[in-house]
Amino acid sequence: MDVLKIATAGSVDDGKSTLIGRLLFETNSITTDKLEAIMASSKKKGLDYVDLSLLTDGLIAEREQGITIDVAHIYCSTPTRKFIIADTPGHFEYTRNMVTGASNANVSMILVDARNGVVEQTFRHFYISCLLRIPNVVVCVNKMDLVDYDQTRFEEIKAAFMAFAEKVRFAGQEISFIPISSLYGENLVRHSEHMPWYQETPLLSLLEAIPLEQHLSEEPSRFPVQFVVRPKSEEFHDYRAYAGKVASGLLRKGERVVVLPSGQETTIARIEKFGREIEAAQAKESVSVLLQDDVDISRGDMIVPLSQLPQQSRELEATICWMDKKPLRVGSTYLLQHGVNVAKAKVSALSNLIDVVSLENNQQVSELKLNEIADVQLKTAKEFFYDAFADNRANGSFILIDEQTNSTVGVGMIK
Amino acid sequence: MATHNTAFPRELEDEAIYILREVAAQFEKPVLLFSGGKDSITLVRLAQKAFYPARIPFPLLHVDTGHNFEETIRFRDELVEELGLELIVRYVQDSIDQQKVTEETGKYASRNVLQTVTLLDAIEEFGFDACIGGARRDEEKARAKERIFSVRNDFGQWDAKKQRPELFDMLNGKINMGENVRVFPISNWTELDVWNYIREEELAIPSIYYSHERETFERDGQILPYSSFMTVSEDEPVSTRMVRFRTVGDMTCTAAVESTAVAIEDIIAEILSATVSERGARIDDKRSEAAMEKRKQAGYF
Repeated sequence: MDVLKIATAGSVDDGKSTLIGRLLFETNSITTDKLEAIMASSKKKGLDYVDLSLLTDGLIAEREQGITIDVAHIYCSTPTRKFIIADTPGHFEYTRNMVTGASNANVSMILVDARNGVVEQTFRHFYISCLLRIPNVVVCVNKMDLVDYDQTRFEEIKAAFMAFAEKVRFAGQEISFIPISSLYGENLVRHSEHMPWYQETPLLSLLEAIPLEQHLSEEPSRFPVQFVVRPKSEEFHDYRAYAGKVASGLLRKGERVVVLPSGQETTIARIEKFGREIEAAQAKESVSVLLQDDVDISRGDMIVPLSQLPQQSRELEATICWMDKKPLRVGSTYLLQHGVNVAKAKVSALSNLIDVVSLENNQQVSELKLNEIADVQLKTAKEFFYDAFADNRANGSFILIDEQTNSTVGVGMIK
Repeated sequence: MATHNTAFPRELEDEAIYILREVAAQFEKPVLLFSGGKDSITLVRLAQKAFYPARIPFPLLHVDTGHNFEETIRFRDELVEELGLELIVRYVQDSIDQQKVTEETGKYASRNVLQTVTLLDAIEEFGFDACIGGARRDEEKARAKERIFSVRNDFGQWDAKKQRPELFDMLNGKINMGENVRVFPISNWTELDVWNYIREEELAIPSIYYSHERETFERDGQILPYSSFMTVSEDEPVSTRMVRFRTVGDMTCTAAVESTAVAIEDIIAEILSATVSERGARIDDKRSEAAMEKRKQAGYF
């Protein structure tokens, strides 16, 4: 069975938690003891309804403040698909956590309150979905029951959303709209009787039908070496394999490849999974690769097909989302981690600070503060082998690490 | 729970193997926390696969509360023997004898909380910088918030509000002196995923997961295993029941379920129709709504 990763964002007021609670309920993924526990907590808080957000707001501070601070992962499944929902905070000050939760998503689910329409947070969430090149966006216009299931209101919101979306969406990104009421379960699993004008599929069927990223296997193959397997046992005396996860593309036995950075050419002799030989490995598969020739390879090196080389450079240009209280400044150095490859990097220029709501660009940027997004130029201490993020999500992103605190302070999407 | 059965999503195995290889590559002294339960058994299989045909490049650590099911200990020793693994055992009893912790008293006394101290001492003793654990995000709502590489300070504490961003599949294992990382390779698995994996991989598990006769008593609506470690009051009659366990924890805080499951398929069928979650049978979680978060702040795994 396959796995679909969904990112949602918003605050408790837009009904996001109720929607997730509903999805869990409809897929029979919530057990009575968990339900009883939140019923008891709701009562203790003096509420006259069951607050389903208590299911996802797992931290004491979140329950105190009634907001989502950090990503929660929630799981449910139907007979055909497993869903991993990253429930992310929508508040500006937790943008970095939103980015964290959304970075692995196949689908971005954006909630809009039908009464309030498109708000600042909607724009921010959509902008980040585009920045991370999430291929599918599902806009759930929620609380339709509070606007009398009015089609005109739904169309207004759709138009307002698209007016913004057309300015930032990328080619091939699918955007769908669904009018729902998560409180009453309208258009979640079955068609709503109150909205006969909506003829498209209900939410759950839509999520079941979203195609997974087939293009990942069509992209050029990239195999970053994670670990060198050398058993040094009698039985496997001369065994030497390169373990890693295929970042993109299809890795085939018998293929002519180049090892970067050495540039040595060789052939893939064998691909293994737990000793079992396979003919080809596709994107996201963890395998061991054995090569025809004795080549000097260590962690961080990359095996690529001779016919499809990545870019190779010590200078990178990227869009960065900053995630640390201490701002990024021109001239500062960080550790840059691209996949499993790490080297020092120095910020050489900063430009195009973007306001993700007004879409205004500020060219005069002296520093990048927490949650801000801008373009950056970096010089690195060694060569990296990368693709533009727009062409290859897996081989086009990196993180920056502060050498003093060791914390992850920024994420970059290579241009 | 879901009313349908499914195949195990192999993508989860690829992800877990990737995480284990990152641990071996990024840390000096990793260790795999092994309880003898199904999740840690799954971790051992994943580690075998990640490094095959080489040996698993880290030892197992079992923090023994002294209140174990003997079936689990026997199983542990057989597995270690069969796979040629290195096993380290540290005892909560030693921490009690050294007066580092005080044994709880009363009806609900358990050593579950005490094991944190023994674990932190073992981390310090061996200088472990990464502890691999079988916790899953679907188990409990504080765990749902945890990263795959979760940094702990030199007191072993988790600071939920200051978690490192974790982006795409890039894992940052850089830490300062004294800190360590808790690593959760099966974060994204559910209880059902684990059971489907055990079925498909034909993994052996301790016999207490299957239905068996056991002396039990009822307390607060739950069936508890009777043992000499338990304080049982007069109005809690002990009787023999056909039961099995959904989790393997300390005997004093792990409840049984009545069951006739004799094969993995039966267990899976039971989980599919169960209305109570796995941790619903863990008395240690029932202490308060924030029980897990508070224990994690204190260094619990």
